[in-house]
Amino acid sequence: MRVLSWVYLALAYAFVFLPVVVLVVFSFQDGRLPVPPFQGFSWRWYDKVLNDDGLMVALGHSALVAFVSSALALAMGFLAAHALARVRLPGSVLLRGVLIAPMTVSYLIIALGLLRVFNQTGVPLSLWAAGIGHVVINLPLCFAICYAAMGDHQKNAERAARDLGAGEAQVLWLISAPMLAPAMVAAFFLSVTFSWDEFIIAFLLTRFEVTLPVEIWSMLRSGLSPATNAVGALVFLVSVVAVVLMEVVVFRRAK
Amino acid sequence: MTANVSIRGVTQRYGGALALDGVSLEIAAGEFVVLLGPSGCGKTTLLNLIGGFSEPVSGQVLIGGRDMAGVSPAQRPTTTVFQDYALFPHMTLADNVGFGLRMRGVGRAARRVQAEEMLALVGLPGRADRRPHELSGGQRQRVALARALAVSPDVLLLDEPLGALDLKLRRAMQDELKAIQRRVGTTFVHVTHDQEEAMAIADRIVVMNAGKVADIGPPREVYLRPKSLFSAAFMGEINQIAVRDGQSALGPMGAGTGVLLVRPESIGLTGGLPLGDCRVEDAAFFGTHVRAHVTPLAAPDLRLTVHLPQATATSPGDVLTLFATDPVMLEA
Repeated sequence: MRVLSWVYLALAYAFVFLPVVVLVVFSFQDGRLPVPPFQGFSWRWYDKVLNDDGLMVALGHSALVAFVSSALALAMGFLAAHALARVRLPGSVLLRGVLIAPMTVSYLIIALGLLRVFNQTGVPLSLWAAGIGHVVINLPLCFAICYAAMGDHQKNAERAARDLGAGEAQVLWLISAPMLAPAMVAAFFLSVTFSWDEFIIAFLLTRFEVTLPVEIWSMLRSGLSPATNAVGALVFLVSVVAVVLMEVVVFRRAK
Repeated sequence: MTANVSIRGVTQRYGGALALDGVSLEIAAGEFVVLLGPSGCGKTTLLNLIGGFSEPVSGQVLIGGRDMAGVSPAQRPTTTVFQDYALFPHMTLADNVGFGLRMRGVGRAARRVQAEEMLALVGLPGRADRRPHELSGGQRQRVALARALAVSPDVLLLDEPLGALDLKLRRAMQDELKAIQRRVGTTFVHVTHDQEEAMAIADRIVVMNAGKVADIGPPREVYLRPKSLFSAAFMGEINQIAVRDGQSALGPMGAGTGVLLVRPESIGLTGGLPLGDCRVEDAAFFGTHVRAHVTPLAAPDLRLTVHLPQATATSPGDVLTLFATDPVMLEA
């Protein structure tokens, strides 16, 4: 039984990570096609990718959209969570539900909806439009994480701060936010990784300035190449770094 | 630095329930008042009304003669020590204690000096750069006290501050609390359900029950001359003997009709009020006294709890002639 459970564990991990491993392995292919057999090790596709201006510009766009939209989603999610956790409003259960609802809607639907709204209101398709889309998908996430982290512990500390003369803004900035910092850091990095990988919203809402996933998609249209594998490996690396960074920061804080 | 508190006909409701029912109370400047009662009696509700965390449905709260209606906790000359301490975990002790001063615009250096002074006052000198999680429960309570006192409030409110501490630490802290109150001279309003704690620290005890004041007075008076059956029983064990027109099952007692109250330690082998012969049901040695349950021969249905002197040797079945001192008659 013990052996079987280890085998099962190994299979489960293989199932999850095999595609990524294959992608990374063939990004080092010394040949023109990222398919078996493996013809030898080479950095040349990485060299090509890192010197491709189009890709590098798209990478900059992705980073910009990810950080700005995540910061905005976090700020809004934190404020909403704080309000709904502290103030008893009529229909607060409904308000909470509606805030989390976009999580259950497919990105395609959100993208189509936004596309329609932007066309009607004359907002041009751009990185800004894609950024707004990413705030829409990440706000529920940030809200849910911050809301779950708010306990009586914080509530009592906030009450004490008010008793000692703090105004509402001071309570938020000096007490609530620092006490919630681990949850907020986690929410921010998760949002960054989601925005970083997101394709469909970015594809539909950008036009001339595109994000990295959109640029990769246009690369794929011209056929398979180890270069796309190399880009994929780099994108994956960034996500891994973000997640590890989050774990380290959150664990440090928790201790 | 200190102010009187005047509570006039205050009523408070939560949902449909009456939490406070027309409570009036005068607290003198510099007084140490303890609100005592079982949970749900309204003592914490009253404290919240003084601190400004809620507003009464009707009635007035005045601090230093000023009506506090519509004044937020931040604007009131009160601070609170909370039961769970509510320290700021991300700040050093100096920043915790100096927080109120920071909100009042005091500069960093001056805050630091005052915070260190306050920490020394509560017995934590030289710990300014520690964080709350490095401290024990008793030490955190001291920091909470220092933080609340740092802004020199006129009235300090304490919401069961010793409730989370073990008994030994609680007894030590209550002596210290009393000493600190004498030193700073601030009016202290302290909530507890522990009558021993109340007697140890209070200038005056306010016994509360079901949203009303059941008794009020110095510890000695509330204990020995209770004005209600509730406060008599809440302050400690008490024997009740029914009296009708000056007559009880044990012979003539008191005057009028009502209940005669006698503390267990006020019953002994000598005294002014004879209780007649009593049979000992059980007896146990309690260190400071011998605690026994006895039944008067004249009234087999009555069971009295008595504390006999330490040296008394008695066992079940013995018949003792007992007397009461300091009986209190509560007229019906």
